[in-house]
Amino acid sequence: MLTKKTQIFATPVSRRRWLAASAGLVLGLTMFGSAKADDDTIKVGVLHSLSGTMAISETTLKDTVLFMIDEQNKKGGVLGKKLEAVVVDPASNWPLFAEKARELITKDKVSVVFGCWTSVSRKSVLPVFKELNSILFYPVQYEGEESERNVFYTGAAPNQQAIPAVDYLMKDEKVKRWVLAGTDYVYPRTTNKILEAYLKSKGVKDEDIMINYTPFGHSDWQTIVADIKKFGSAGKKTAVVSTINGDANVPFYKELGNQGIKATDIPVVAFSVGEEELAGIDTKPLVGHLAAWNYFESIKTPANEKFIKEWQAFTKNPKRTTNDPMEATYIGFNMWVKAVEKAKSVDADKVIDALPGTKTPNLTGGVAELLPNHHITKPVFIGEIKANGQFDVVYKTPGLVPGDAWSKELPDSKDLIGDWVGKKCGNYNTKTNKCGGQGS
Amino acid sequence: MLSKLFKKLRPVPVAILLMFAIALPALAGPFEDAVGKFANDEFSDTEEAVEAITNSGNPLAFTIISALQDDRLMADPDTKKVYVKGLDGKNIDAATGTAVDSIPDSAASVRLNNRLRRTVEAALGSLTLQSPDPAKRIQAAQSVFKTHDEAMLPAIDSALSKETDKAAKLAFSEARAAILLFKQDATDDEKLEAIATIKARGDQEALALLTGLTGDQPPAIAKAAAGATAAIQSRLALWSMVQNAWYGLSLGSVLLLAAIGLAITFGVMGVINMAHGEMVMIGAYTTFVVQQTIRDSFPGLIDYALIMAVPLAFIVAGAIGILIERSIIRFLYGRPLETLLATWGLSLVLQQAVRTVFGPTNQEVSNPSWMSGAFEIGQITITYNRLWILCFTLAVFAILLAMLRYTALGLEMRAVTQNRRMAASMGIATSRVDALTFGLGSGIAGIAGVALSQIDNVSPNLGQSYIIDSFMVVVFGGVGNLWGTLVGAFTLGIANKFLEPVAGAVLAKIAILVLIILFIQKRPRGLFALKGRAVEA
Repeated sequence: MLTKKTQIFATPVSRRRWLAASAGLVLGLTMFGSAKADDDTIKVGVLHSLSGTMAISETTLKDTVLFMIDEQNKKGGVLGKKLEAVVVDPASNWPLFAEKARELITKDKVSVVFGCWTSVSRKSVLPVFKELNSILFYPVQYEGEESERNVFYTGAAPNQQAIPAVDYLMKDEKVKRWVLAGTDYVYPRTTNKILEAYLKSKGVKDEDIMINYTPFGHSDWQTIVADIKKFGSAGKKTAVVSTINGDANVPFYKELGNQGIKATDIPVVAFSVGEEELAGIDTKPLVGHLAAWNYFESIKTPANEKFIKEWQAFTKNPKRTTNDPMEATYIGFNMWVKAVEKAKSVDADKVIDALPGTKTPNLTGGVAELLPNHHITKPVFIGEIKANGQFDVVYKTPGLVPGDAWSKELPDSKDLIGDWVGKKCGNYNTKTNKCGGQGS
Repeated sequence: MLSKLFKKLRPVPVAILLMFAIALPALAGPFEDAVGKFANDEFSDTEEAVEAITNSGNPLAFTIISALQDDRLMADPDTKKVYVKGLDGKNIDAATGTAVDSIPDSAASVRLNNRLRRTVEAALGSLTLQSPDPAKRIQAAQSVFKTHDEAMLPAIDSALSKETDKAAKLAFSEARAAILLFKQDATDDEKLEAIATIKARGDQEALALLTGLTGDQPPAIAKAAAGATAAIQSRLALWSMVQNAWYGLSLGSVLLLAAIGLAITFGVMGVINMAHGEMVMIGAYTTFVVQQTIRDSFPGLIDYALIMAVPLAFIVAGAIGILIERSIIRFLYGRPLETLLATWGLSLVLQQAVRTVFGPTNQEVSNPSWMSGAFEIGQITITYNRLWILCFTLAVFAILLAMLRYTALGLEMRAVTQNRRMAASMGIATSRVDALTFGLGSGIAGIAGVALSQIDNVSPNLGQSYIIDSFMVVVFGGVGNLWGTLVGAFTLGIANKFLEPVAGAVLAKIAILVLIILFIQKRPRGLFALKGRAVEA
């Protein structure tokens, strides 16, 4: 295994990665030696968990950044310099994220960091990026209610994933009763708060909304699935909106399949289930359940086919899947390269100023533009699970949806906007015309 | 008049034609046009095609619609030709029914969405109402019950009059009642009778139907419907108690299975083994490897992979357990804090090792056919995998108990735990017994992993989610007592499942933890305290 990895990364990175892997074996925690600063290269930090609970999702993103760097170096690097990845392992440990971020910026002197998955890890590194004035690209769909000068959000905000999905169910499936099921942490809680406000604004009554939270890694879904079944037998079309976190999804879907809840009766639309998560399940009983993302591997465009082919060649695995946060990493990386070339410097302030307005093509045939609120424009797709573990796109928003940093559905944030170009403020209140509203 | 009647009986000739399965030459015209619509790759066109084909009376209708349901209907967007991929490898042209040698590569299966899947289900229902197989007729009646489409009434009536099978007859009369209940011009008497029939059915779907009734009903019917709803609800409430009890037993069996190995290593030996969960994880990965090997080499035996994995998981996890005992734990006897830290570190090492070898993503362990699906008793659904796990757990428990009681090793184990020095002076090699005991506990954890691979993620983190629960069960049940572990596991399982519907999953878990803490204050040695010399030692 180790020798295989060394073969793949025959670059200066390989030694450190090899060390990481062996250290991980011996200690169960990975430790890194210091990286010597090298003037001929531009350093790119990768802050994704390679061990612990989140390794399941984040390892892929680390590989994606390495893949992007490899591709960029083949094209001659950036500003005539080669890019060099500095990979650290925050081990799914939130305080360690902040420590590792500090280490990347001060010790390794990286110009930009790609990283984080969970919102709590992002919140934990925020003060570090502010204090040391560096750049973080965050590639995962999240709950919104944030716009920071040093962070660029290339994943979906709630209005780019959750709300279009609910709209689809309301219009196409005529859903009248809603189960909002989620894992008990900040992303599902905020998303469900936004969705509840949105549903109520559309005339859905209190008794037609059921909200349910479960602990992380919940594995006994019998009661909840039976409850959903009961809730769904009130004579109105019912759907489940799932913000259940990755790991708990497998037993959840298994229980749905076993208890015979079919997508034609009660469809489940998920915001955290992608191609990677489905890899661990027999998808035949799940055909027709839905997921809302901004990217699906099954979307046929020349750019996507090329990306998948090169990715599988890079990972030397012809079956390796791609997913939405990977595309977000791809977009973020390309935007950063463009902005650096525009600013002719990797200096954080110059790049932060150059980034808004940057446009790069996404993999599904549109163009992503970085907005003044540091979010991007995205198409929204609704896909149905197919028997082969891929998604079949059944709906696409007519145009690109610009990401809202602050939800328009919540009374606390409906007047706030993020604008780092004109107002130089992440939470500008359009009612009082003052910077520094609620929420930040 | 006659033509009107004939029109009303539309689905009947279709079904009759199907029954005889006469391969009539297809007529050119509307049917072919309808088939051609599948090639347009538009959901609305597909829906129109399904309706047109179902009503066409063409003998190919059933073949085409059922192929559409299983993703076997292939359409070529270039030539607009549509093919049916046969289950037996024989392909036909959907429009003409003639056999074709091969389907062109450009043809892709016709896409469906949920709305279309419902349409297809209903269409198949109307096409199979007079199928010779009673199970299919019941299924068809059920789908009519759900859609309660008025147009189906004549077909249901005629099917009902001919029906001889008792269960199918009941299903048809229920379907008829569902239609009548929603029919605008049905008489009040018909509706009242329909409500009575639906009330007698008494399940959640009946409830859905009754509560879905609009408010503008005559008072007599509204009253009858409300009465029936209340009756069904109170019956379902009773059943939900039974269901909670079953769920509790099922959760208890999972807890017991995960804790039973710990009851040996922690309960009997007193070793605080934080790496216990990782033994479970290793058992699950052994299952994965066994299943993978069998899938690649002997695909016919795939349903037995799980059974073969049981002894292998025991051996693999047991061997690793003995290795750990010999290399680490035996130096730490009597130092619980060091043992705790060492085994915790060990658990991280094992997790990361598995992550390095198998990758961080979940591995798919599929359910064998005899563990998939569910059956119903009254109004509760019992899934086969949970039922098998309950049986399996009890079997493991019984075997373990018998082993401790009736074998020489069991006797030695009990002797060593009760009084180590005396056992040693009687000539028992205590350190060998220690290693074997630890191996036994680990091996049983491995077996637990085989069962848990059926209901949980097979990922490096699998064990972590069970370690706390396992300790809770062992401490609650009484350290050193296997029966205590059994009673403890089922008590916690059932308490959790009765709390969950009231308090929610998160609060239920917290409540259980608080209850255990309070209980331990009152009875520090758990439910069944071990009495005797070992306790004082």
